[in-house]
Amino acid sequence: MAVGPVPVVDAALADRPLRVAGLTLASRLVVGTGKYPSMASMVRCLEAAGADCVTVAVRRERLVTAAGENILEFLDPARYTLLPNTAGCYSADDAVRVARLGRELLRDLGNPGAEWVKLEVLGDPKTLLPDPVGTLEATARLVADGFAVLVYTSDDPVVARRLKAAGAASVMPAGSPIGSGQGILNPANLRICLEMLKGDDPDYPVIVDAGVGTASDVAAAMELGVDGVLLNTAIALAAEPERMAHAMRAACFAGRQAFLAGRIPRRLYASASSPVDGVIGTPRHTE
Amino acid sequence: MSGAIEPQRVPSDGAEPRGRSPADGQSVVTVNGTPRTVPAGATAHDLVVALGLAGRPLAVEIDGRVVPRARLAGCMLKSGSVIEIVTLVGGG
Repeated sequence: MAVGPVPVVDAALADRPLRVAGLTLASRLVVGTGKYPSMASMVRCLEAAGADCVTVAVRRERLVTAAGENILEFLDPARYTLLPNTAGCYSADDAVRVARLGRELLRDLGNPGAEWVKLEVLGDPKTLLPDPVGTLEATARLVADGFAVLVYTSDDPVVARRLKAAGAASVMPAGSPIGSGQGILNPANLRICLEMLKGDDPDYPVIVDAGVGTASDVAAAMELGVDGVLLNTAIALAAEPERMAHAMRAACFAGRQAFLAGRIPRRLYASASSPVDGVIGTPRHTE
Repeated sequence: MSGAIEPQRVPSDGAEPRGRSPADGQSVVTVNGTPRTVPAGATAHDLVVALGLAGRPLAVEIDGRVVPRARLAGCMLKSGSVIEIVTLVGGG
């Protein structure tokens, strides 16, 4: 049963796909695979969200307990581009190690995400804010090692520009702290990030990563002109994750179309939608 | 390779496990943070098999360097080596 957003059959709604590091993604929503109530729920949510690129984490095999189900039994590597992250790393050294292990795992699977990494170098466990110095260092090292680096960063425009200059395939500013659900806290900073990153390079992909709480946050980000949104918790921990995944998909579509359509400027005063002339009775005009 | 690969008993006084036990020809390596004994001459592939992980999606790092799957069988474990065996899990 099709309950998702209206399929784009109208040529007027045509959009070019998101391209990152030479790969084309059908969906501008990139979805994480953590924290779902079950693997079955995750599978349904990824489907409902329409994602074709999903993030995964690299962790030690559990050697003590009997090996349980592996996420790859549920994620078809032929269907999804897997984007391995370096979540939990607090130094450039650790992030580079994790990125290389993720690449080895995905090369074994023949997945196009093998040459990608979602780079996170964290600076603080409570806020999960990025460490800009470590992030910049790790970006340069991973780029030199041949990675397409999609880099999680704050919404600081100057840091964003430095990361692009270091060779990041995509700069991914946070809307607000990871998993916080606070949405886009500083849209003005994001707008400056977009100007700095895309001003003379309009195809450079900028993706909002982290902070989404609900569908309107995705729409608001897309309306600013970002190329995509990466989210996880807002779907996985929603009371009805699958329904929220549908909502996120619709919001991403709506926000993107609104950006392409070009919104009206904000005005302080009203502007009547109906003709001013021809009103019966006693018209009232402002001076 | 049929030798058992077992967790190493850490001395109760907290001393570091010795890197090599000459009496029985076994080596001690650290696997995912836990010391383990392996038969002398064991390879990284032997370790993966002994841990019941053969055929599972994983990547192996030995002393800070990734060892591609195709090279595991030719990679002899050295006493004192630090080995990480990782897989993919859900994450954002």
